Amino acid sequence: MGGPNHQPLSVAELKEMARQIRRDIIKMLMISRSGHSGGPLGLADIFACLYFNVLKYDPQNVTWPDRDYFFLSAGHLAPVWYAALARAGFFPLDELATLRAINTRLHGHPAPWYTHGVPGVEIASGSLGQGMSVAVGCALGLRLDKKPNHVFVLHGDGELDEGQVWEGIMSAAHYKLDTLTAIVDRNFCQIDNRTEKVMELEPLADKWAAFGWNVINCDGNSVEEFLHAIGKASNFRGKPSVIIAKTFMGKGVSFMEDDYRWHGVPPSTEQGKQALSELAPTKFGDFFEFEWEKEAIAPA
Amino acid sequence: MQSSVTIIESKGEKATRQGFADALMELANENPNVVVLGGDVSPSVKVDGFAKAYPDRFFSVGVAEADMMGVAAGLALVGKIPFASTYGEFATGRPFDQIRQSLAYSQLPVKICASHCGITVGPDGATHQSLEDIALMRVLPHMTVISPCDYLETKRAVRRSVSITNGPVYIRFFRDNTPMFTDETVPFEIGKANTLIDGNDVTVIAAGLQVWEAIKAAEVLHAEGISTRVINMHTIKPLDKDVIVTAAKETGAIVTAEDHQIHCGLGSAVAECLVQILPTPQEFVAVKDTFGESGKGDELMRKYGIAREDIVRAAKKVLKRKQR
Repeated sequence: MGGPNHQPLSVAELKEMARQIRRDIIKMLMISRSGHSGGPLGLADIFACLYFNVLKYDPQNVTWPDRDYFFLSAGHLAPVWYAALARAGFFPLDELATLRAINTRLHGHPAPWYTHGVPGVEIASGSLGQGMSVAVGCALGLRLDKKPNHVFVLHGDGELDEGQVWEGIMSAAHYKLDTLTAIVDRNFCQIDNRTEKVMELEPLADKWAAFGWNVINCDGNSVEEFLHAIGKASNFRGKPSVIIAKTFMGKGVSFMEDDYRWHGVPPSTEQGKQALSELAPTKFGDFFEFEWEKEAIAPA
Repeated sequence: MQSSVTIIESKGEKATRQGFADALMELANENPNVVVLGGDVSPSVKVDGFAKAYPDRFFSVGVAEADMMGVAAGLALVGKIPFASTYGEFATGRPFDQIRQSLAYSQLPVKICASHCGITVGPDGATHQSLEDIALMRVLPHMTVISPCDYLETKRAVRRSVSITNGPVYIRFFRDNTPMFTDETVPFEIGKANTLIDGNDVTVIAAGLQVWEAIKAAEVLHAEGISTRVINMHTIKPLDKDVIVTAAKETGAIVTAEDHQIHCGLGSAVAECLVQILPTPQEFVAVKDTFGESGKGDELMRKYGIAREDIVRAAKKVLKRKQR
């Protein structure tokens, strides 16, 4: 798929892009010293797939009528989205260094391009639980115009505590919106604790199925599995599909993995250096070099 | 010496919510992008006619107002003109955060059409009497807030709301049949108040049902030799500051009147304006920081102090504080 001027990346390249996105997230958070680490790192594989294989878009024309619509309902996951959007060409890479800073377009939670946010963001999110309803409205409107565009919405698993999500889930099934695919970032972590301790979600797949959805489970940290799941969702007719993507919060950084305490904090400089040493540089190159990186590679 | 007073007469009665319904049918016929969201109160808010005539463009979301606002946002994103309609409290208080983030902050052109507003919804009691909706909506950046005074003005406000494309619009209706007295030949412009009766001693600035009450109060006051200006402030946001400041300059005393809590409604908006430009004695005719109860609309208006007699009393009171 990809946009009108894009070739989808190969599986090997998607894995490398995911690693680059993880490096981008670490560097953005080291610069901003504020923001969410765990969730975004866990989603790097999914965002690499979405923006370099799955979604149709044109970064030069964000209102391209044939684009797919992507909504990030869990707005605090913004760092991984911003990194993917910049890598996909929606805005200059070096703008990633402005995350959460004054006068930035990369707000702590995303704002749309037509207000004061970045290109590629269709609507504000941050207050949880609203994206499903928006996606339903979008899909209904597209269907009214007999347009085939696909609509994607990504939810955190903790976000499913919000009642509005289930209102939207009912609406999507009621209207049999098979152009709608929901992705749940099932990392079992939320701010206070493991999801099942804060508010039991299981049996999660059964709940979605009981609400009338086609349920697809996959390993969300596996590019191959996620692309396979997207294929199944896209071809399913008569019901909306949900991909419950099992991920690890903090994936790729040993000391953050599967630890809910990394939900909303950035790494310190030392922790950031450690994280970057675990995520090998890629052919895509970093958006920013710290002074200590320049010193490390300077000739003796 | 008595001056002449404009006589404004009622040309029969119709509900403002019917004005919404009739405007909606006209708009639907003119513009295929007009869509309506229903929250399981379709006959009450008068969107059942639209639902029957345009089933493809009517989306029932069930009793789920948070979802309703989000679905409306999504429809607006793909170029539709969504009218989200339910009772006032459930159109504002319940989905406030959805309106704030998905509509106002995101500047999406959704029309929130709220029926059964104010204490005059009557027998249903306090849970259904939205007395805080203007406050909730006018605090939001990018929101337009309109409280029309009769059937025709409601119809015109709903039609005109389509021209606002850079943010949501909140329009407030009432359940009961109320006098029709506005004139088709008088221009209706969002953000531009209409002076209905001229006067020099005191100004009553009213919105919604209290506009008719203000007209009736002005007749009483006029008979007692108090020349009373009556302004129909149908748009509470953006506020027509010019007409308010001119009235304050020329009459030196202000009464505001509304079917809403005393805090943060029309009266507060007027006071916020005047205190910054031309501080002027003001009396507030509004529900005094309390919840309502069951009863008939007119009974409740009197019991809660928002009827024509209360406007008369407030005018006399504010005149005592006027700087002569």
